[in-house]
Amino acid sequence: MIRRNTIPFGPQHPVLPEPIQLHLVMENEKIIQALPAVGYIHRGLEKIAEKKDYIQDVYLAERICGICSFMHSQNYCQGIEELMKVQIPDRAKYLRVIWAETHRIHSHLLILGLLADAFGFENLFMRLWKVREQILNIMEKTTGARVILGVCAIGGVKRDITPELSEYILRELEAVEKQLPELMDSLLKDYSVKQRLIGVGVLPKDKAHELGAVGPVARASGLRMDLRETGYAAYGDLDFKMVVGEAGDCYDRTMVRVKELYTSLDLIRAALKRMPQGPISVAVKGSPPADEVLARIEQPRGELNFYIRGNGTRNLERFRVRTPTFANLPALLHQLTGCELADVPVIAICIDPCVSCTER
Amino acid sequence: MINLINSIFRKLTSPTDCLRYPFVKRELPEGTRGRIDIEIDKCTFCGACEKRCPSNALKVTRDPKSWTLNPYSCIICGYCIEVCPKKCIIAHKEHYSPNV
Repeated sequence: MIRRNTIPFGPQHPVLPEPIQLHLVMENEKIIQALPAVGYIHRGLEKIAEKKDYIQDVYLAERICGICSFMHSQNYCQGIEELMKVQIPDRAKYLRVIWAETHRIHSHLLILGLLADAFGFENLFMRLWKVREQILNIMEKTTGARVILGVCAIGGVKRDITPELSEYILRELEAVEKQLPELMDSLLKDYSVKQRLIGVGVLPKDKAHELGAVGPVARASGLRMDLRETGYAAYGDLDFKMVVGEAGDCYDRTMVRVKELYTSLDLIRAALKRMPQGPISVAVKGSPPADEVLARIEQPRGELNFYIRGNGTRNLERFRVRTPTFANLPALLHQLTGCELADVPVIAICIDPCVSCTER
Repeated sequence: MINLINSIFRKLTSPTDCLRYPFVKRELPEGTRGRIDIEIDKCTFCGACEKRCPSNALKVTRDPKSWTLNPYSCIICGYCIEVCPKKCIIAHKEHYSPNV
């Protein structure tokens, strides 16, 4: 006998880092439809941005997300710099890459830890977060803050990395890299973990393209899309290999994130090595002209878009944010349809949901 | 299995990762953005810091001469320190105590 009922998953659920509700329409243990309900943490951030000075908005943009905060401020600054036709020093571009990649490592370690917690491997969760602490220490020592760095400014960056700090970063990265293989083996080669991840939440390549998936979710399905390849900031001068999966299931999404950790470690090392000497910022005067710009950047979760329109005053006419989690929600709903109820936490965590970003 | 046993013995013999707080306190690195303070004797009450504060945490008046910081609104961005023409605003390493 088929019994149909609806289960509300969230907004408060042990596995969810932030509040989002999924109405799961079930037939016995199988999900036949999933509907999202968002709006629990809407802050009206886009409207606040229009009322503040465009320089104050750097701090506002940074607070859109608590995990990838630096990248939000970087994208905003890049957008305003393009709008005002400001050329920033090369050293500032490299410094931005270094902090952006440390953010990517800490974000990936955070979500891999939460994934381990979601499938009941609490020990692995703790150990991944212990490694993440070392990355947070790097950020604290170089910028003065652990998560909201506050170093990105229009025209460059506010702090420099001295040769001593550079040595410290390299030492810490080496220590992090030494710990990773053991943890990643537990994540990718363990029999029980594989049972929970392989073949779960499959998103085929054509469907990923059709639904507009971005970031590791799209790359795990075989789509070659990484905005870092466009060469913004200093990425054009640094070599890196894009990590792409095949199957598009939860295991491939995890594998993409694990391999991206190593890519980011290499990128930081390369940036520290090639970073030229010189100033770290230029003075910016005036106001954004009455023009518009679409700023794009590769966040840990995927492509982040800012639409910025100026009006010749110190306030912006419009500031629109499109975050990667918002783009990945249709893909999540597709993955949930047809899966078992017990797989929902793993699938939901595997898109790396950041609801605060999504609702702004 | 061998890895697991190795890991257990390594952890048993290595020192703990946590600090014995409150007996041992974590040392904050140089440059940590903490509590904002002012050397009021040097201040000219120009109001540049108030204009730039993104969270409207500062209130400056010339008559009577006053400089007030709301610690609950302050996001410790350090912008006031940068714009101050007299360089009289300073940031301590320590954060605000709970009874500010």
